Amino acid sequence: MSDLDLRQEFLAGTAPGEDIAVQLSGDGQFRTADMSLSIGPAHPATHGVFRIVLDLDGERVREARPVIGYMHRGFEKLAEHRDFRQIFALVNRHDWLSGFSNELGTALAVEKLMEFEVPDRAQWIRMLLAEWNRVLNHLMFIGSYALELGAITPMFYAFREREDIQHLLESATGGRLHFTYNQVGGLKIDLPKGFLAESTQVSSLVRSRLPDYFDLVLGNEIFHGRTKGVGPLPMEVALSLGVSGPTLQATGLPEDPRVTEPYLKYGEIDVEVPVGENGDAFDRFYCLLHRIRVSLDIIDQIHDHIPPGPVNSKLPKMVKAPEGATYVRIENPLGQLGYWLESDGGRTPWRLKMRTPSFSNVQAIPYLMRGQLIPDAVSILGSVFFVVGDIDR
Amino acid sequence: MMLLVTSGVAPYLAQAESILDVGDTFIVPLLLKLAFVLGIFFVVPLVAGYLEHKAMGRMQHRRGPVEAGPFGTLQLVADGIKFIQKEDLIPSAADKWVFAMAPGVALVPAMLALLVIPFGPGVFALDLELGLFYVLAASSVSVLGVLMGGWSSANKFSLFGGLRAGGQLIAYELPLILAAIAVAVQAGTLSLVGIVEAQAEFMLFGTGINLWYVIPQLLGFGIFFVAALAELSRPPFDMPIGDSELVFGYMTEYSGIKYAMYMLTEYAGMVTMSALMVVLYLGGWQLLPGVPLPGCEAAGGLFDCGVTGTLLGVGVMLGKILLLVFVMVWLRVAYPRLREDQLQRIAWLVMVPLALLNLALVTIAKVVY
Amino acid sequence: MAPSAPPGIGLLKGLGVTIKHLFQRPSTLMYPHERDVLAPRTRGVIALMDENCTVCMLCSRECPDWCIYIESHKETVPPAKEGGRARTRNVLDRFAIDFSLCMYCGICVEVCPFDALWWSPEFEYSEYEMGSLLHEMDKLREWADTVPPPPPLDEGAVLPAEVSDALAKVEKERELAAAKELEAKQAAEAPAETAGDAPKKGKAAEPEIHVKAGEIDQETFDRLIAEGKSERMARSKAKAAYVKKEKARLLAEAEAAGGDAEAESPAPKAAEVKVDAGEIDQETFDRLIAEGKPERMARAKAKAAYVKKEKARLRAEAESDTGEGTGADEPAEVPSELGASPEAARQALDADGAATDDDAAPEVAAEAATTEAPAARKLGDIHVEGAGEIDQEVFDQLVAEGKSERIARAKAKAAWVKKQKQAKLDEEGGA
Repeated sequence: MSDLDLRQEFLAGTAPGEDIAVQLSGDGQFRTADMSLSIGPAHPATHGVFRIVLDLDGERVREARPVIGYMHRGFEKLAEHRDFRQIFALVNRHDWLSGFSNELGTALAVEKLMEFEVPDRAQWIRMLLAEWNRVLNHLMFIGSYALELGAITPMFYAFREREDIQHLLESATGGRLHFTYNQVGGLKIDLPKGFLAESTQVSSLVRSRLPDYFDLVLGNEIFHGRTKGVGPLPMEVALSLGVSGPTLQATGLPEDPRVTEPYLKYGEIDVEVPVGENGDAFDRFYCLLHRIRVSLDIIDQIHDHIPPGPVNSKLPKMVKAPEGATYVRIENPLGQLGYWLESDGGRTPWRLKMRTPSFSNVQAIPYLMRGQLIPDAVSILGSVFFVVGDIDR
Repeated sequence: MMLLVTSGVAPYLAQAESILDVGDTFIVPLLLKLAFVLGIFFVVPLVAGYLEHKAMGRMQHRRGPVEAGPFGTLQLVADGIKFIQKEDLIPSAADKWVFAMAPGVALVPAMLALLVIPFGPGVFALDLELGLFYVLAASSVSVLGVLMGGWSSANKFSLFGGLRAGGQLIAYELPLILAAIAVAVQAGTLSLVGIVEAQAEFMLFGTGINLWYVIPQLLGFGIFFVAALAELSRPPFDMPIGDSELVFGYMTEYSGIKYAMYMLTEYAGMVTMSALMVVLYLGGWQLLPGVPLPGCEAAGGLFDCGVTGTLLGVGVMLGKILLLVFVMVWLRVAYPRLREDQLQRIAWLVMVPLALLNLALVTIAKVVY
Repeated sequence: MAPSAPPGIGLLKGLGVTIKHLFQRPSTLMYPHERDVLAPRTRGVIALMDENCTVCMLCSRECPDWCIYIESHKETVPPAKEGGRARTRNVLDRFAIDFSLCMYCGICVEVCPFDALWWSPEFEYSEYEMGSLLHEMDKLREWADTVPPPPPLDEGAVLPAEVSDALAKVEKERELAAAKELEAKQAAEAPAETAGDAPKKGKAAEPEIHVKAGEIDQETFDRLIAEGKSERMARSKAKAAYVKKEKARLLAEAEAAGGDAEAESPAPKAAEVKVDAGEIDQETFDRLIAEGKPERMARAKAKAAYVKKEKARLRAEAESDTGEGTGADEPAEVPSELGASPEAARQALDADGAATDDDAAPEVAAEAATTEAPAARKLGDIHVEGAGEIDQEVFDQLVAEGKSERIARAKAKAAWVKKQKQAKLDEEGGA
């Protein structure tokens, strides 16, 4: 979208001759001028290139209009020209904080279409790594949300934990952010020796440091003041907007595909879903923090369950999915991630549509920001967890 | 239980002699005092800044600067040099003169405030009878600099920052002044040197225990501290700067030496406020309550201390200042930002009543006892 | 919106957490002075061992970014032996990876069938100019020195086929060596009771049952031809089936002849018979020289033939010695014998030779254990001069079928040679 198009879109709402920067409003008594403030696309508060146009009355927001598309990279089009091995390197990157979950979704979609059996060991290991990815993602958002509110230290603590986890995952997959570890039918190569022992260690390490976040952030009165009652999202509105993940769970609905439609082996272990009460920013953060604890619990359970055996099956030289279409839905750290895969029997997908959680979560922002003050607007923006690459793909 | 010094009126020598008043000429002491003020102004804030970097780093589980100079001590010097050699940008839509003058308007009063603050026995530039009044008035002028910077930047974010800062700084002036007045009432003088002396002689009623004002006026100390943080726009009161929301508030458009001046104002302000707090509440350059500095005989160990005594006094004073700076850094590291309206609410609905209460109690105690 | 609460316990806890961290050791790694030890699988840079590269172009094709640039040319290599045909070889001229495009997905390393591309954990190759990120073949070869060995896999993992096969072989050899040691020890202690220990030897050395391959199993052959397989494939499968059946039969015999208590394997195995290699079998040597083979080859083959003959002789001797010792056999024991060592049986045969196992079991009879049929001469043993002639018939037939002249000529040559050899064989056979 070029600047010209944006300008046209903006102008569409104004009468000719009106200055677009300042729109005069007023009931006739006290004439104040509305100001239009554009937060972004380059702004410390937004996680990446994301723009929100705020119509302000003093410090109060009348209307918030997110403008997306600054990071559109044409993933779905690219996916049409990548075969089923190259595609994993691609889908890693639209939500870069949850690379493994994206790969997992794609792998599940292709395997479902091909009716390919995945060995048990591969399924358990996939679950393990997906949960570690979830912990990574949530730690990042805890750090960045606290930073947006002005607390500068949790970011450093979160990144210290992330380093340990990334080091662990690097020993198995070779990458710290983009893992490319999945393949159709399982994993590329098995875990190295000592991985499970280290995984247990890191899990207890992260668990021992979780109380710091509870004390430093969640229990802080100033934090309460900034987030309690800020941006409450009712359950019906959330559902009608398609919001998912911790944002939805904060409204009180324990909706989690890991529990409601278990994929991989989630049906065999105990998955707890923390819920909030009234869907405000505090509840969203609360859910996020507790999801870390839940993921660590899951990881500890998985350690006892991994069976020996192969992690992949022999693939044909050229992997071709049969004709047909399928939809697979998994719980990305940010919410519900869906892949619609349509194949025409060739080496590349005919259509790979990604239903990304951030895209739907962001749609709640206009609703949430209406009538809030600017600092609250920033607080809300940070609490609706999203990754811009996920919105724009 | 705030009790007065038993002797009624503080035996205070109006206009104490500064050690810098050497010779009979006019020019030599002037230059010495100038050098003194500038020296303090350019060195101590840098030390405070270094402390901030290191302490903040360590609390965040990292090291802070280590490369520039031994243990990173020259980091801020390097920063200063960096700022000096940067391009001086003025936005085209900005009001040029106002934009250029704003940092100066913010900086100079901070420097002026250092004229009257004593850093040791006899170590001060000037001992005004209205010392406290002068300091508070001078530091209030910095608000103008902030407002000028915010307005002239021709940037919406800066405007927001400037307006917020204006509101905040004005709001917190009141508790600050009220708390300071309480100290003046208890000491019986507005001169800062006199206040230090008064603390040296303050005894708890009926006992011979010498206390500094922080004990009887703990509430006042707390109020002053919080108000000082807000005056300096330090977290958790840094909404005007609002890092993640307003880019950098009123300082957004500043670069190079002007930006350095704003930062220096902040650190110098920290030092000034901390020094003020030490003088008002923590006994100035005295080692411990009731323990005179070694080498000091006259006036209960306050003056004529000889070289070692004086140096020790300065050291003690600096130590206390840096301790308070550390607490300011500690609060910055631990807390998120307060929202502007919460800030204002705290100022008007909590701090001002408490400060008035504090003042009332002190006055009553002074009158009664 | 939010009440302004006076500072409460939460604030103090926050202060507590930060002050606690003040006194902990910082987790900073002082980067240029200290370096982290990276995992062996870390995707840092791609290394090329160009001696392994056969320019199959798979990596270049599969790269999602098309960042691998390969140039090559073909060279002809003179034939290795006279009468052979010249081979063409791909020679790698240029192999470059553009790391400014590379997205470190690892697909090229994964698809390379010849292990020419490897991952290395080196990551410090930033440049001031983007063009310098195009690493040519020499630079990629340098990276190959930094490639670490792959880490061992987790305990529950399935090892790759090559590794597990090699490990199995090592296991077998170890078992064999252990068995040999045991035998040697016992032979040293009680030479008279060697016979009693033989069954153990025999069982340990079961995999050593040797069957001369060459014959085919007619049944299997016919069956496969009927199924429509090509003759060549049917023949090879039939050969394999024959070998399998023979081994099963021999094994059964061995079980029958053996028994847990006494007797022994059909024969001390070839591996246990020691013959001094050095002598040559004069007969073989003369024959080969007459056929026109070079002297060195003739000598080598003659030596091998000598060793073989000697071993056969020694074995026959040993058998005749011990054959009388195994007079009384208990057929009743045999099934249990077979049942008692299914692993041993399986070791000797393939897993899907189970059918032949069951077939072989009832066939148990106390036969002489000699397994070698008289060595028949095969086509392959015969040498025909002048492999340049073609069989005109075959040639014409193939050309008529539409094959290209080159192929037709090649096949006709082969046919001619075969005919000649067959003729010679018939001669010898007749004679």
